[in-house]
Amino acid sequence: MRRAAGDAGPVLCVLMAILVLWYAAAAALNLQWERDQAERAGRAPSLTQMLSAAMSQDRPVLPAPHQVAVEIWKTTVDKKITSKRSLVYHSWVTLSATLLGFAMGTLLGVLLAVGIVHSRALDLSLMPWIIASQTIPILAIAPMIIVVLNAVGISGLLPKALISTYLSFFPVAVGMVKGLRSPDAMQMDQMRTWSATTAQTFWKLRLPSSMPYLFASLKVAVAASLVGAIVGELPTGAVAGLGARLLAGSYYGQTIQIWSALVTASILAAALVAIVGAMHRRVLRRMGAAA
Amino acid sequence: MIGRIAQLPPLPLAAAAAALAWLALGAAHAPAGMPPWGWAATLGAWACAWALVESLARSGWRHAGLAAPAVFGLTVLFLWEAVTRGAGVPAVLLPPPSMIAERIADSWHILWADFSQTFLKAVLIGYALGCGAAVATALLIDRSEFLQRGLLPVGNMVAALPIVGVAPIMVMWFGFDWPSKAAVVIIMVFFPMLVNTVEGLKSAERMQRDLMRTYAAGYWQTMGKLRLPAAAPFMFNGLKICSTLALIGAIVAEFFGTPTVGMGFRISTEVGRMNLDMVWAEIAVAALAGSAFYGAIALIERAVTFWHPSQRR
Repeated sequence: MRRAAGDAGPVLCVLMAILVLWYAAAAALNLQWERDQAERAGRAPSLTQMLSAAMSQDRPVLPAPHQVAVEIWKTTVDKKITSKRSLVYHSWVTLSATLLGFAMGTLLGVLLAVGIVHSRALDLSLMPWIIASQTIPILAIAPMIIVVLNAVGISGLLPKALISTYLSFFPVAVGMVKGLRSPDAMQMDQMRTWSATTAQTFWKLRLPSSMPYLFASLKVAVAASLVGAIVGELPTGAVAGLGARLLAGSYYGQTIQIWSALVTASILAAALVAIVGAMHRRVLRRMGAAA
Repeated sequence: MIGRIAQLPPLPLAAAAAALAWLALGAAHAPAGMPPWGWAATLGAWACAWALVESLARSGWRHAGLAAPAVFGLTVLFLWEAVTRGAGVPAVLLPPPSMIAERIADSWHILWADFSQTFLKAVLIGYALGCGAAVATALLIDRSEFLQRGLLPVGNMVAALPIVGVAPIMVMWFGFDWPSKAAVVIIMVFFPMLVNTVEGLKSAERMQRDLMRTYAAGYWQTMGKLRLPAAAPFMFNGLKICSTLALIGAIVAEFFGTPTVGMGFRISTEVGRMNLDMVWAEIAVAALAGSAFYGAIALIERAVTFWHPSQRR
C-alpha cells in the first residue's frame, strides 16, 4: 500500500497532463472550423470568443472533456434507465454479454488447462493450437459468427458472449497450465509419500497453488471479454449496447456520443479489472497467503 | 479401447487412420448422403488419430512436438470435411474445407488485393510507427523516475481499455483509406509496447550499470551495450503481443468504412451476401498472415536474444 500511495502524486500529475493536452488538442482541432465559419460570415471575433465557441460545438472534431462529461451525465443520471438513449441501459446490454462470455471463457480455459496438465497427449497436440488460435484475428470472424448464429435462430446475448468466450479462454488456459504446474518436485513428492490420489493432489496442492496465476489471467481475460462484446455488437446493425452507440455515432457524425460511449467502456473495463483484483486479494487472504 | 490400440507403434496407426479417413471421405461424397459404414469409418479414423497422438506422445520421438499438433490439426480438418459433407450441412452455415480451398484458388487476386491493402499498408506501417514511437517514448521516460512512476500505472490501465473503440474517430479524422487504419494500429500497439520497453530498460542490474560506469562508458554506450540488449527479451514480448493486436485493429477499423478493398471490408460485405466460403477464405488468409507475422518476430527474437534462458536448448 505504501508504494501505491507514493505513486499517487506522479499518476495524478500524468492524468492532469493528459487532460491539459486533451483541451489543447480540442482547441487546436476545433478552432479551424470556427475560423472558417467566421471568415465565411465576414466576422472577426476575438480569440477568446472563438475559443469558447470551439469548446461548445455540436459536432466537434474532438470534443472537450467537459462536453463528454456533460453528455455522460445527461445520458446516465438524467435519463430513465429503461430509455433507449440511456447509457446505463446500453452499458448493461454490453456488460451482460461480457460477464456471460467471461464466465464461459474461464470455465473452458480451466477445463482445458486441467486436461493439458493431466494428459501428455493433450499437452502435445492441443497446446500449440491454443497458442496459434490467438494469432488468428478472431474479431474479424465476429460478424460471421453473429450472422450465422442469427440464421440458425440464435440471437441476442449468446453470439456476443461466444466472441467474448473465445477472447477470454486463452489467457485463462495459459495461466492455469502454468499455475497447475507451479508446485515444485519436492511438494509433488510429498503428496506421493502420503499416497495421495491424482484427484487429491489436484484439489489440495495443484489448485490452491494455481490461484495467483489464475487471477492474474482473469484480469487480462475480463478486459478482453469487454472488447469482444463491444466488437460483437458492431455487425448486428447497431441495436443496443456500447458498440452500437459507437457505430450509430460514427454513422451520424455524433462525435460527443462516440467519446461518451468510449469513456463509459473504459470506466467499465477499469471497474471490472478492479473487481477481479479485489477478489484476488480476498481469496489470497482467505488462503492465508500474504496479499 | 483407445488406450489399448495406443500401445501400437505410430506407423501402423498412421496408416490405419489415413486408410479409414480415405474411406470416410469417399463415402461422404455419395449422392444419397453418408451411408452408415461411412460414419463408422469416420469414427474409426478419429479413434486411430487419437491413439496415434497418444502413441506419439509416448514414443519420445524427436519430432513428436511437431507431429502431434499436425495430426491433431489434420484430424480437425478431416472431421469438419466429413461431417459437413456427410450430414449435408448447408454451405451457408459452414462450408467444408475443400470448398474454401477451391474458393482461395479461384479468387487469389481479390485476396491478394485485400491482403496488400490491409496487411502491407495499414498493419505494417502502423505497427512500425506505433512500436517505434513507443520505444522512443520509453527512452525519454527512462531518464525521469517521476514520469516512470506516473506513466506506468496509466499505461497499464490504458492497455486494458477497449482501444478498438477509437476506430470510428480515426476514420472520421483520417478518411476511409489505409491511413485511418494505420492510426488505429498505432494507438493499439503504443501502450503495450511502452510498458514492456520501460519494464525491460529497468532489467539491467545496479551492479552491471556500476560496472559500465567504472569503464567510463557514456549514456549512449551504456544504452547500446548493456541496457538495450538486456531489455530485448521484454521488448520482443511486447512486439509479439502487438503483432496480433495490429491485425485485429486494422480489420476492425475497416468495419467503420473503407474503400471497396480490404480484409475487414470483404468479410463484412460477403457475410451480408451469405458468401461464407469467401469469408472463410479471407479468414484463412488472415490466420496465415497473423501466424506468419508472429512466427517471423519469434525467429528474429531467437536470433537476437539467443543468450536468454528461454531461448537456450
